[in-house]
Formats: sequence, structure tokens, C-alpha cells
Amino acid sequence: MNKPIFDLVIVGVGGQGTLLASKILGKLAMSQGLGVKVSEVHGMSQRGGSVITHVRIGESVNAPLVTLGGADYLISFEALEAVRAAAYLKPEGVVITNSQRILPMPVITGAMQYPAEPLNDAALVGHTIEAANALALAVEAGSQKAVNLVLLGILSNHLPFADEDWKHAIASSVPRSTMAVNIKAFEAGRACVSTVNGQQA
Amino acid sequence: MEESKRITAEEMGVKESNVQLMLGNEAVAQGAWEAGVKVVSSYPGTPSTEITEAIAKYPEINVQWATNEKVATEVAFGAAMAGGRAMTCMKHVGVNVAADPIFTAAYTGINGGLVICCADDPAMHSSQNEQDSRYYARAAHIPMLEPADSQECLDFTKLAFQMSEELDTPIFVRLTTRIAHARSVVEVGERDEITLKPYQKDPMKYVMMPGMARKRHLKVEKREEFLAEAVNSMPINVVKMRDTAIGIVTSGASYQYVCDALPNASTLKLGMVYPLPMKLIASFATKVQRLIVIEELEGLIEKDIKAAGIPCEGKNLTGIQGELSVERIKSAVLGVPMPDAGAEDLPARPPVLCPGCPHRGVFYDINRLGLRVMGDIGCYTLAALPPLSAMDACLCMGASIGMAGGAERAQGREFSKKTVAVLGDSTFLHSGITSLVDAVYNQEAITVLILDNRITGMTGHQQNPATGLDIHNQPAPAVNLEKLCEACGVKHVVVVDPFDLKATEKALREETARDEVSVIIARRACALLDKTVTPPYVIEGCKNCGACMKLSCPAIERRENEVVINPSLCIGCGMCAQVCPFKAIREGARA
Repeated sequence: MNKPIFDLVIVGVGGQGTLLASKILGKLAMSQGLGVKVSEVHGMSQRGGSVITHVRIGESVNAPLVTLGGADYLISFEALEAVRAAAYLKPEGVVITNSQRILPMPVITGAMQYPAEPLNDAALVGHTIEAANALALAVEAGSQKAVNLVLLGILSNHLPFADEDWKHAIASSVPRSTMAVNIKAFEAGRACVSTVNGQQA
Repeated sequence: MEESKRITAEEMGVKESNVQLMLGNEAVAQGAWEAGVKVVSSYPGTPSTEITEAIAKYPEINVQWATNEKVATEVAFGAAMAGGRAMTCMKHVGVNVAADPIFTAAYTGINGGLVICCADDPAMHSSQNEQDSRYYARAAHIPMLEPADSQECLDFTKLAFQMSEELDTPIFVRLTTRIAHARSVVEVGERDEITLKPYQKDPMKYVMMPGMARKRHLKVEKREEFLAEAVNSMPINVVKMRDTAIGIVTSGASYQYVCDALPNASTLKLGMVYPLPMKLIASFATKVQRLIVIEELEGLIEKDIKAAGIPCEGKNLTGIQGELSVERIKSAVLGVPMPDAGAEDLPARPPVLCPGCPHRGVFYDINRLGLRVMGDIGCYTLAALPPLSAMDACLCMGASIGMAGGAERAQGREFSKKTVAVLGDSTFLHSGITSLVDAVYNQEAITVLILDNRITGMTGHQQNPATGLDIHNQPAPAVNLEKLCEACGVKHVVVVDPFDLKATEKALREETARDEVSVIIARRACALLDKTVTPPYVIEGCKNCGACMKLSCPAIERRENEVVINPSLCIGCGMCAQVCPFKAIREGARA
């Protein structure tokens, strides 16, 4: 059997919980006997700045970073950040994004404009984009912090891993007390089929 | 998050594996634990912090946050001298602080193994410079190992303890951000219970006066000569012969990029970056047509190779700045154009002070009074960014006080009436106390503002000597900052609540006006730690004057003809209500 190989880039705004998403993916890959590297940035950039985590899954992984033009999946916790990281995508790379908008300081002060339709940006043209209001789904599941699990739920429809393996990876990464909410959020994402350009309303 | 709060492997019906996904930092901690380390003392600093945080989870290890890296190193050295295996961990600039004991510890050698783990930050993700710690290894004559993934972090740390005792020297383990903060698969082992070595008084070895130190320096030279030879046959330096057109000498994260960028090239991967295996390199060089050194930051390996008369390329291709990457190496070596990262015209998203951050009001008041700010290292350095733009200088930990004093000496005492030195509680304890004593002793007129948010913030909330808790969150004696400043000879010490903008402004005005040293302590816990639930504030009848925008709060947004508060971000600190001249901002309804 050919072992699957994926390069993923996870982006968002510092404090949104991107690190937990990458940790779950890492544990999932490991449980399948795959090699994995997850590259995070801690410190300064966690104070509301743009954050990026690289996840590389494969038989053996060398570089800890995904190359520009090398990502199979771009998972974005915020719409503008999806555009910012678009150059990481392969031509056939898929975007899974939260439709939520968080205004950066230059927009808050009025110095710059938030793009009217970020997901229509030229940088994303030609890519399959799956967008969902992950924040609303997370709140519905019981916690606004569960945006990460909603997005992983959407991603799970693209990756060849069993439901049970996802849930093991989640269970070994989140506190017992939030397990039910996180699984609910994951399932909400998994059931979510609306896309921006897949015409599946 | 505590491991015990998670569902265990057993409960899930799977076997607990000895294979784990670990950060490089966690793997260093695991390696130290397996090596039987007894004492670890560190000061937090990105990207090294998680090593010591992970160490704190092993009950067998005596671990502490030290006040700074110099103290941390001295504690670790003392533990090693007394016969236990010991480690200290710091970021690259922390090595500058610790350099004093490190250089002489190279002379004395150790008793129990001593490992100094330093984490460099190429590309400055969270740092003020890109200095290359490998120069410290050379300058201090201390061997340095450099792992290239988490498994090597574990293995090399264990090896470092063994080498330290065999060679009677401290050993550096050097990480970079992409090793320290990358998770990869690690096979973990059991702890070697190392017997504590007996403590023996040995002044010829440990009292470094000139007469003793001269003799020890000879030993340093002998040890280095021995190791320079022995390193040529050490298995941590790995040659892989492939196509001989290009041969790459590399180490650490750079090796990983080389594997992907130049999969056909022959490689010599250095596990020890000081001293270098010159014979091995020379032999490798004869087997390849084009010898290239791929190293991040300085061209240190390249220079050594050239000094040995071996022609090679290196920094002429890669330059000394930033991180390397697969793309950069392909571009440098093969001439493949760098892909376009795009996104130049998008609004940038710089890090900001959090909503409800107690530092915000202080900088707002500083701007109102038009004060110059000699800044320091911490979350509050973010006030340098627009729209607050409230910082004139930031150099290194604790420098604010000395800089303010120096500026006064150059410009005259009046200069200090419009200047404040601003630093955090942890930074003040790290290296601000001596500067404050200096300012009092030298009769300066500076005003020092200590932003006491009850935690070491930027590195991710570590306890410090003023918080009243230790590394295990257990009660510890808390330094009283007011009394400490008074004991330094400061006659005017005032404490304000930075949420009270009027009181803070008053204190700033009065204390800067004094013709002697004064200290203002702005005390309120970090917004991320204060769990009090306050409803978000609301704006009604906004006149769009923009007064509240000067706070630079991420929760306050400018719309077409009004300003609104984003309820999902607002934590209800109420500073905006204080600055609104039309009283249009008030506390929202309680749920």
C-alpha cells in the first residue's frame, strides 16, 4: 500500500487555537505509522498576529516547513489569513476556511481596508474552497474555542483516515472536560458540506 | 494542560506507546530526564522556554525558574560541581547574560555532567537579533552538539551528559527555532538513575584565581586537542555519499532542508558543530567536485574549512540573514527562482497588546503627556508599534533604566522630566535592579515605570520571584517590589492601577517632575490570567471623535461614521469609557 503523503499549512490569528489542530493532526498521522513533522511558532506572534503552522505527513519527512506551492491543504481560521497564505498552495491544493473575519490593527485604525470578498481574491482563483462559519458551528457545539475541531471535521472528509482514528487523536489531545464539545464540533464540521465554489450551497 | 486531565491510552483500549510526537524542546527535556539529570535551572525565553516547562513535569528532577540566565547557569554549575547532573536552558541572547560563568566553567570543568542548552532564533520570530551561539562554543572552548530533529534532541542531550563527564567540561546543545518548535516522532526510553557523585573540595580545580586558572587553561587546550581528533570518528557526524557533483556540509535544520532541496547531493551532516571533524571534512571534500557549506546565520563552518585550505562555497550563496528553506537552498545552489510569497498588498496583521491588557492605559497616558520611552523586552514592547508608537528604544533585557540614565547624562537633567524607563516585573528582577541601584548611586533624576502584570507574559506565563508562586505553581516567597526599590535608595515609590487612567497620568506627571530617581509600579494582572467575567462595553451615540481609538484596542473598530466595540473581543476593562469625552461608552448589560 502506498502510504499517503500530505503537506498542510494551518493559518490564523494568534490565540485562535491553531496549535491544537496541528497537534491532533500530528497524533493522527503517528497513529497510522506515518512520519510527521509539525512546525509551530510560539512567543511574540501569539499576541493577535498572523500565525502559521506547517504539518508534513509522509513515510519519512525531512524539512519541517511546507514549501511555497507545496501545500495540499490550506486550513485557515480566518478569511484574510487564507489569502495571505495562498502562495503555499499547490495548483490543485484545497482551501478549508473559517468565514469569520477578524480585523487586523491597520484596518481597525482605518489605515487600510479589509478586502470586501477575501475568498474571491485572485490568489485563490482556481482552488477548491470550502468555507464555513466555523465560529457559529463551534458555538452551537458548545464553545467558541472549538473552531479548530470544526475545521478539522471538514478536513476529515478529504483525508483517508477512519472516524475512529480521528477521535482517538482528538481524545489524546484535549482535556477530558471538553471532550464532548470537541467531538460535537468535529462532527458538525464533518457533516458540513457547504462550499464557496463547489456549488453545493 | 495536565496530561492527567486527558483520556488515557488504556481507557481508549490502545497500548501506551514508547513512540511519541514531541517538540524538540520536549525531547531535550526527555533526554535530560533519561540521562538522570538532577537539577535544572533556567530563565524563560522563546524559543527555549518549553524545555524547562517540560522538565517540571518529571517529579525526579529538581527544577526552578531562576531570576536570569546568569543565575540559572551558576545554579546548574553549582549542582554539577556538587556531583549531580545539571542543565540550564536559555535563548541565544540569554547566553550573553550567562556568558560570564560559562567561560570560566570551561576552565574548571565539572563533576556531574553539565549541559547548557541554547536556542537560536534565525529570522527573529521572537527576538531582537540573530546572533549565532556557535561563536560562544568556539570562544569559550566548549564542545557544541546540534540536533536536527526531535529524536536527535533526545539522543544528543543524553550524549551531551555522557561527554560532559568523560571530557570534564560543560557541553552546549544548540537548537534553532525550527528544531525547538517542531514536533516529530521520538522513541522514548527509561531513566538512568545516576548515582550522585561525592562532593570534594578541590580548590585547584574550582577556585579560579590566576595561579589555578593558568593550570586549568592548559587542560582546556589539551581537552580541545583531544576532542578535535576524536570527533573525526564520532558517529554523530554522518556522511552519505550519493552523486558526487555536489557535496554539502551542513547541520541542524539546514540538513533537513538540504535533504529535500538537493536529494541527490552527497552530504556530511555534522552532529557536533564545535570542534569540527576537520579530517572527516577533508576526506569528504576530496570525494566531491563542488563542496558547499549550508549553514544558517554566520559562515562559521565555512571559515574553518577555508582556514584549513579546503576550497568551498557557502555564504556567497546563502547570505547570513534569516532562516534557510528548501526554496532558498534550491535558489542558492541550483539557481531555481524563489517562488513569490505574494500577499504584499494585504493589510498586515502585526501582534498587538491584547484587549484588556493593563499595559495599554499606561502607554495611552505616556502619549498624552508626550513622554519619551526607554523601553525593554516583554509584551509591552508591542507598544512600539502604531498606533500607540510609544517607544523610543529597546535594546535588551533590563536596558531601559541604564539607557534613561545615559540619555540624561548626555542631554542634561531636564531631559528626564520628559522621559520614562519602562520595563516589566520579570524584566526588572532579571536585570533591572542593579541599574536602579546605579541610577540612585549616581544621583540621576530618571523615572522608572515597572509594569507589574504579576507574571512573565510574553514567553507564555511563567512564574517569577514577584508572583508568589514557583515553577510548580506552589506558594513561594514573593519579592515586594516597593520595598525592594526603597532598599535600593529610591525615595519616591508609588503604586497605581493602570486601569485608572487619571491616577496613572497623575503619577507619571508628578514623578517625572522630580529631580531625583522615582519609581512608579503599575500593578494589575495580565488580561489573559484575569478570569473575572465582565460584560463587554457598548457605544451609544458615538460622535466619531476618535478619542477611544488612541487606546489602540483590538476590540474597538472604526466603521464608516462611528466607532463600535466588538463584543467577541472586549473583556470589559472599561478604559475606553474613561477616555470618551461624550460619555458615550458604558458597561454592557450583564447576561
